[in-house]
Amino acid sequence: MSEQPVRIAQITCGAEYSGIQNEITTAAETVGSKMFYPDVALKDVKCAYKDFGLPVKSPDLKLAISRAQAIVEGRIEADGIFIASCFRCAEAAIVRNELRRYIVENSRIPVVSYSFNERTGASTLLTRLEALTTIARRRSLMAREVQVGTTMGVDSGSSTTKCIIMQDNEIIGTGWRPTTEVLKSADEVIALALEESGLKMSDIEATATTGYGRFLVGKHMNADLVQEELTVNSKGAVYLANAQKGFATVIDIGGMDNKAISVNDGIPGSFTMGGICAGASGRFLEMTAKRLDVDITELGALSMKSEGGEDVPMNSYCIVFGTQSLVNALAAGYKREDVAAAACHSVAQQVYEQQLQEVDIKEPVIMVGGSSLIQGLVRAMGRMLNTEVVVPHHSQYIGATGGALLASGFIDKKKEA
Amino acid sequence: MAKVFIYPATSLILSDLVARFGHQPLGSAISIREHIQTPGFDSPPIQMTPDDPQKGLKWAAVEVPSGIRGRMSLYGPLVEEAEAAIIIDEPDLAFGCMGCARTNELLAFMLREKEIPRLELRYPASKEEGVTFVAAIKEFLKNLEVQQ
Repeated sequence: MSEQPVRIAQITCGAEYSGIQNEITTAAETVGSKMFYPDVALKDVKCAYKDFGLPVKSPDLKLAISRAQAIVEGRIEADGIFIASCFRCAEAAIVRNELRRYIVENSRIPVVSYSFNERTGASTLLTRLEALTTIARRRSLMAREVQVGTTMGVDSGSSTTKCIIMQDNEIIGTGWRPTTEVLKSADEVIALALEESGLKMSDIEATATTGYGRFLVGKHMNADLVQEELTVNSKGAVYLANAQKGFATVIDIGGMDNKAISVNDGIPGSFTMGGICAGASGRFLEMTAKRLDVDITELGALSMKSEGGEDVPMNSYCIVFGTQSLVNALAAGYKREDVAAAACHSVAQQVYEQQLQEVDIKEPVIMVGGSSLIQGLVRAMGRMLNTEVVVPHHSQYIGATGGALLASGFIDKKKEA
Repeated sequence: MAKVFIYPATSLILSDLVARFGHQPLGSAISIREHIQTPGFDSPPIQMTPDDPQKGLKWAAVEVPSGIRGRMSLYGPLVEEAEAAIIIDEPDLAFGCMGCARTNELLAFMLREKEIPRLELRYPASKEEGVTFVAAIKEFLKNLEVQQ
């Protein structure tokens, strides 16, 4: 019997007029969920925004507030909530943020917020809605805290491909390679991890894939779980940081986009995923390393030789302008270490301004992904948030570890089958 | 008969009043009907596509949110076509609801800029004001007939 679709309440302003309603519907259907508009009465709309205390002018935003209230108060049932409004609309941005906060504080319903324009396609929305659907549908899977048996996780990322083999709650094999051809890179990291663990593929009891290449690699290796990176990374992060109880915030500055995930008792609650411009992502740090003529793995050590580089003019908002800043700073006589630290500071600042405003920052703050090995970036983020950022061991393997952890939930199911 | 842009453009009452006095109301019904009756694509509920906010660039710059530009692609042509306008300030949601306050401000501005007969009224707060309200609209529409 097929699963019932997950019902996601659509609380948006401007989506239909931006011409992207079809994209939202398509993305939802692709991941087995169904969008619906929560029905509210006119009298509720009239009083909702007054009760909420936010005197907005746009009627569609009044309607949005009323819809959120109806769900939080239990008058309408929803498995997840998708809040979105037009990019560059200040009034809607305020409402979107306050509604997200209101829902997180007053319910256990997972929520994702997003700002769109007419170019927002189903593919952009897919990962976000997949994560929302997973959190809603697979709470029991997400609740797993201990890895059992022998499992493998493969993270096919935009920059690198990683593999982890776990056995009885221990990491026993790792593999890491830059992503070139998706399947070839996956096969290579699997071989590396198997070699390190001393196991054969037939010893692996369950497998999971995540990352951009998850579908292709998942099909290739007949994976038990093919899962987007938002939920998998957050599980891996709280598992490795030993922060599975209570609140945590996971920050993953990736090669192509950045993720900020608010986690409660090991289950993601709200999250943002951004990085339309590569300037605010790990890609800018790769560019910086290349310009400074150091390997990306040495950029962190170089940046730590500087006090922080805050006085070096640097703008990574756009990778083109950011690169110009790099060249100008070097031409102005700034030291390489100060420029490296400035690049880290600038990326941290962009992530802070663009992603972290959309989730509630609760300690511990856990940084994961390959960029978490760049110490200057971790230091800059810690200073920005005024907290000690936690970087767990194997942080660059976070998706693969989360995958291996979650895959163990499939061992019993396979045995039963 | 004059083409009268109604604001709020979704007001069925206003649309009906304009039609009763022999004029053609220009509002959401016309522009959205065109969209939902266009065959060949499927983007419910109002069949707008990413091309519409691009068309809206004629009335609002690229830095203006896509939802506003999409709305302007519906209403902009009607404003250009309008020979008269009735604008109701602060209307009750039940009277006619236009979702985006910024679009509404831009529309009202464009109508004020245009040199056409225009009636601006505050939405009535009582029955007595309601009677005066309807009378004022009736008077405006009758005068339009005379002018024509």
